[in-house]
Amino acid sequence: MLKQEDRIFKNLYNDLGSSLNDSLKRDDWSNTKELISKGKEWIINEIKLSELRGRGGAGFPTGVKWSFAPKKVGSRPHYLVINADESEPGTFKDRYYLEKDPHRVLEGMLIGASVVGAEDCYFYLRDEYPEIRVILEEEINHLKTEGLVPHTRIHLRRGAGAYICGEESAMIESIEGKRGYPRHRPPYVAEVGIFNKPTLVNNIETLFWIRDIIENGPTWFSDQGKEGHPGLRSYSVSGRVKQPGVKIAPAGSTVRELIDDYCGGMQDGHEFRAYLPGGASGGILPANMDNLPLDFGQLEQHGCFVGSHAVIILSNKDSIKEAALNLLRFFEDESCGQCSPCRVGTEKAVKMMEQDNWDIDLLSELAATMQDASICGLGQAASNPLVSAIRFFKEEF
Amino acid sequence: MSVKKVYDKQPDTFEFTKENLVLAENILNKYPKERKKSAVMPLLYLAQNQNDNWIPLAALKYIGKFLSMPYINVYEIATFYSMYNLSPVGKYFVQVCTTTPCLLRGANEIVKACQKKISKNENTISENGMCSWTEVECLGACVNAPMMQVNRDYYEDLSKNNIEKILDSFMQDDPIKPGSFRNRKSSAPENNKINGNGINNA
Repeated sequence: MLKQEDRIFKNLYNDLGSSLNDSLKRDDWSNTKELISKGKEWIINEIKLSELRGRGGAGFPTGVKWSFAPKKVGSRPHYLVINADESEPGTFKDRYYLEKDPHRVLEGMLIGASVVGAEDCYFYLRDEYPEIRVILEEEINHLKTEGLVPHTRIHLRRGAGAYICGEESAMIESIEGKRGYPRHRPPYVAEVGIFNKPTLVNNIETLFWIRDIIENGPTWFSDQGKEGHPGLRSYSVSGRVKQPGVKIAPAGSTVRELIDDYCGGMQDGHEFRAYLPGGASGGILPANMDNLPLDFGQLEQHGCFVGSHAVIILSNKDSIKEAALNLLRFFEDESCGQCSPCRVGTEKAVKMMEQDNWDIDLLSELAATMQDASICGLGQAASNPLVSAIRFFKEEF
Repeated sequence: MSVKKVYDKQPDTFEFTKENLVLAENILNKYPKERKKSAVMPLLYLAQNQNDNWIPLAALKYIGKFLSMPYINVYEIATFYSMYNLSPVGKYFVQVCTTTPCLLRGANEIVKACQKKISKNENTISENGMCSWTEVECLGACVNAPMMQVNRDYYEDLSKNNIEKILDSFMQDDPIKPGSFRNRKSSAPENNKINGNGINNA
């Protein structure tokens, strides 16, 4: 459990307001200049030491990513993209931070922009969050009129309902005004990004933590995790628990701890049966595997991953087959259609899973093809719920 | 990928109103001249806003000319993104989230109520012309599941006990106040501010 003084998220109940004036009262922006003046190298080093990892789902070390930025801007400007296209089912932490404490995120963004030398920041917001668009338009304007961003241009871009645009190269295509088709890599977006210029992409929650880490020191952050799992995580817990919500907990917490210590237990009349550790694409695990640390690199041996830390709880009243079918329908809807293993694979999987009896051999073969041959993470992970259902829930077949 | 239905009764022409023309020029000014095609997405939203929340094919052609890009490229983008409506929607456009967290909490009941109150099939406007409904993927309000979005507002913590009354309010053109229907303040922790262990909830 967190210590009271480490609860940096002050506006938990949204009773303190999210405007610039309200945020100033909570110490946002109080020493940004001073922090930035400590220099790029120093900041990058602090972030590296804190072991902060990207919260969009891939978990790439943020300090390392920032160190990739070209040292000199010169004739090739480069860009910072803020990924607010939070669309992984079950994930709502970014919405939560943007609604209640947008200035913490904007502050992190500007510190990031100064470190990587980006003069332009593109803020890509999913259009399913119209309220947040209003908040951001207002607050970004306030920043400009208050003169808090003399060196950085902030562009707010609206998504239009495509899950795939959370994938960084698809997002860049969308910002350029095209269909959100993921690009082949290499070249990586850090070299060839928006309009072929070097581009760094950071998630909302990653930026949310930046200021507190460099203000309080890297060990303040890393020490709060469990043994061997540095840092804090925002778990979005939903499903059959009494108190769903964003739970800020030590990295490496288990689902059992999340349910019992953070969510007030299961809903009345429900028994814990299974959980999705990482949204739609992270697979499904049974309740008897409730002692696994929910952190990057821990669940892969079971064919699952923690991704954006969206934990969805299923009970004894839920059918795993039905949940898996619902998840595959999601991927069928959201496949961008660029490559056939994903476009056709998700559709065929849904057709086969709609039958009472699944053809397990054929489905497994299809899943392997999609994993091996899809261009991007969507197609590679789309079959995870199906594979987990077959592997861990034999009683339903 | 989802396939979009393009409306069969299309108007012959479309152009931006005077006000929207000013807005469109403002949008265009944000882009360097050689990159003006990148303005296609905000212009599509502008057209959709002007035209009762759906975009006719004539608007795609108009935007293509506006940006000096081929019509097919505009069409390609309008059909790719789910939030551009290519057929008319009701004055109250009800989008029900049916992804897993909402499904677990009873999204099927919400869909059933829409079928009963609005129209049997999704994407069909109700007989009185007020509403249409559709199923959508995760709207990021899983903490308030089940939920739906109506135009720009979220209606959250729904149940089969209150959904029909809520839908009635749209059908009667007298929309009920949005937000949580279990008295929560948006996505803040439920019930009390302290959880079982006497510690703040997040």
